[in-house]
Amino acid sequence: MIHDGVDTSKRQFLTTAMTAVGAVGTGFIAVPFLAQMQPSAKAMAAGAPTEIDISKIETGQLLRVEWRGKPVWVLNRTPEVLKTLDTLDDKLSDPQSQESIQPEYINNAYRSIKPEILVTVGLCTHLGCSPTFRPEIAPNDLGPDWKGGFFCPCHGSWFDLAGRVYRGVPAPTNLDIPPHRYVTDTLIIIGEDVIMGEAAEEAEEAAEEAEEAAEEGANI
Amino acid sequence: MKSDYLADCGNWVLKRFPLAKLWNDHMAHYYAPKNFNFWYFFGSLALLVLVNQIVTGILLTMNYKPDAKLAFDSVEYIMRDVNWGWLIRYMHSTGASAFFIVIYLHMFRGIMYGSFKKPRELIWIFGMLIYVCLMAESFMGYLLPWGQMSFWGAQVIISLFSAIPIVGDELALWIRGDYVISDATLNRFFAFHVIAIPLILIMLVFLHLVALHEVGSNNPDGVEIKESKDPYGVPVDGIPFHPYYTVKDIVGVGVFLFFFATVIFYMPEMGGFFLEPDNFIPADPLATPEHIVPLWYFTPFYAILRAVPDKFAGVIAMGGAIFVLFLLPWLDRGGVKSIRYRGGIYKKALALFVISFIALGYLGTQPVTPTATIFTRIFTAIYFGFFLLMPLYTRWEKTKYVPRRLTKQPTLEERIPDLIKTFDEVTVKKPVQTKEGATVLKRRPDPAGMAKVGKRFVKKLKDSLD
Repeated sequence: MIHDGVDTSKRQFLTTAMTAVGAVGTGFIAVPFLAQMQPSAKAMAAGAPTEIDISKIETGQLLRVEWRGKPVWVLNRTPEVLKTLDTLDDKLSDPQSQESIQPEYINNAYRSIKPEILVTVGLCTHLGCSPTFRPEIAPNDLGPDWKGGFFCPCHGSWFDLAGRVYRGVPAPTNLDIPPHRYVTDTLIIIGEDVIMGEAAEEAEEAAEEAEEAAEEGANI
Repeated sequence: MKSDYLADCGNWVLKRFPLAKLWNDHMAHYYAPKNFNFWYFFGSLALLVLVNQIVTGILLTMNYKPDAKLAFDSVEYIMRDVNWGWLIRYMHSTGASAFFIVIYLHMFRGIMYGSFKKPRELIWIFGMLIYVCLMAESFMGYLLPWGQMSFWGAQVIISLFSAIPIVGDELALWIRGDYVISDATLNRFFAFHVIAIPLILIMLVFLHLVALHEVGSNNPDGVEIKESKDPYGVPVDGIPFHPYYTVKDIVGVGVFLFFFATVIFYMPEMGGFFLEPDNFIPADPLATPEHIVPLWYFTPFYAILRAVPDKFAGVIAMGGAIFVLFLLPWLDRGGVKSIRYRGGIYKKALALFVISFIALGYLGTQPVTPTATIFTRIFTAIYFGFFLLMPLYTRWEKTKYVPRRLTKQPTLEERIPDLIKTFDEVTVKKPVQTKEGATVLKRRPDPAGMAKVGKRFVKKLKDSLD
C-alpha cells in the first residue's frame, strides 16, 4: 500500500472500531457456547431431594443411597462408637468441622442431628473416590491406630465414623454433610434444609446470640 | 495415445494446483541429513499411529453408543458381535499405548540430540502442544467404555481442577456438566474425543511439520547441514527425503508393525497396563475399585501428584512437571546440540532424569506406602532438578569440539568383527570327552575373559559419560 499523502488515522480508527465490535460479538456468542456446558435444567432437577426410611437400619449398619448421583451414607452408630468419637480430637485435622462443608444446624461433635444417625456424602474430599466402610477396630491392613472409620483406597485418607479426617493424609477436609432434615422420626429428606419458616428465625436469633457471646469472650 | 490423455489430465491439474512443487519442496528435493539413526524412526511412526487411531476410531464410532446406559454394552457388542470388532478395538486401544511409547522415544531423541535448541524452538513447542493434546485425547477416550476405571479415573482427574482456589469447584462442574460424572460428561467427552481434539491434533501436526521443513531436521551430530552447501545450493551432507528416508522409514514401519501385531493378537491387555482389569466391570457411581491406577503413560505425573502432601500444591507440581518441558529450549544454556559433544555433567543429568522418569512411572503404579513416598519424593526432586538447575549446569559444562561436517559412525555390519572378537574373549575352547570316547574342542564360558571384557565395558561407559 502507498501511504504517501494519505491520512491513515481514519483507516486506523476504522480498523480499531471493527476489531472492537468483532471482539464484543465474539464475547457475546461465547456466552451461550460456554454456558451450554453447564449442568442442564434436567441435571439441576435431578438434584431433587431424596427420601430415606431409616426405620430398618440396624445399629452399626450402613445404608448407601444415591442423591444427585452421589453416594450418600446413612450410618446408625452404636453408643460405643460415639464414645470413641469423643476421644479422637487430637488425631484429627478439623475436629470441630470449622473448615468443612456441613449445614449450620449440624454443630455437635458427632456431626449429626440425632447423635447416632450420621448422614454424609460418601466421597473423599481429596479427589472424589468413595471410601470403604471399615467399622472394625485395628484390622491387620490398617494397623493398631485404626479405631473404625472410612478408608479411601485411592490415596490413603483416613476418616473417623463421624466423617472427620485424620491428620497427615491427603484429604483436606471432613466428608461433606448434605443438607437434610427429619420429616418424621424415621424418615429423612436429603437435599432439603431443616431451617424453614419459624425455625429459620429461631436459628438467626441463636446465631446472633452466639456472635454476641463470642464478642464478649473476645473482649474479656 | 492413452498416455497422452493421462498426461493431459495431469497437466490440467498441475496448472491449477502446485502438486509438483509441493512434492519437490517436501519430498524429492527436501534434503535431510544423511546420518539419521535408529532414533529418527519415531517421528514417522507417530504419524502412522495417528492414522491408525483415526481410521480405527471412525470404525468404532459406527457401533459405539455415547450413552451412560448403553456405552458399556456397546463396547462388549463391538468385541463379541461386530465383524472383526475385537480387532478394530484392540488396534485402537493398543494404538493409544503405542502412541505414547513412540512419542516418549521421539521426545527423548529431541532432548538427547538437542533438537529443541535454536533454531528449532517452535518445533519443540508445537510438539509439546501435540503431547498435551494426546494426553487430553487419551484421558477422554478412556471414559468412553464406561467401566469402573473409566468412571473413577475421570472422577479423580476432574477433581484435580476443583483444587484450584475460588473457581475450582465451578470449573469442575462446568467440565462435568453435572454434579457427578454422568451421561452428560460421557456425551461431551465423546464429542471432544471424536471431533474437537483430533481436529486440533491434526492442525498441530501440520504446524509441527511446516516448522520442521522451514529449518530442516537436526541430526545425531547436531551439525547444521545447511551451513555446507555445494555450488547448486544443495547441502553436501543432505540426501533427498524421497526415496532415501521414505524407504528407510518403511523398514521402521515393518519392524514396528511386527511388535504392534504381536501385542494386538497375543497380549492386547498387556497384563493390565494397556487395558485395566477393573475396566471390564461397568461403572458404579456408589463404589470405588480398591486400587485406582491411571494408564501407564500418566503414572510418572500421577506419582508426582501423590508425592506432595497438599492437594493444591500436588496439582501444581503435576501441571508444572509438564509445563517445565515447554521451557526446555530456554533452560538449556549449552552451546552444543548433540549429546555426542556435550559435557559429562549434561550426560549424567540426562541419565538421572531418565532413571527418575522411569522410576516415577513405576512408583505411580504402586500403592502408597511410607517407603514408596520417600522414593517418590526423591525422584520428583531429581525430575525438577534436571530442568530447574539446567541454566546453571549447562553453563559450567565443558563441551567437546564439534565438527563442521557430519561424522561417519560404524554401521551394524562393520561392528560384527568386533562382536566376534568379544565373543572369542569371553569363551574358551576346552577339550570335552564325548559319549563315544573321542575328545573334541568345545566352547565354554571363560570367567577371566568375561571379567576383562566387563572391566573394559565399565571403563568405556565411564569415559563416555565424561
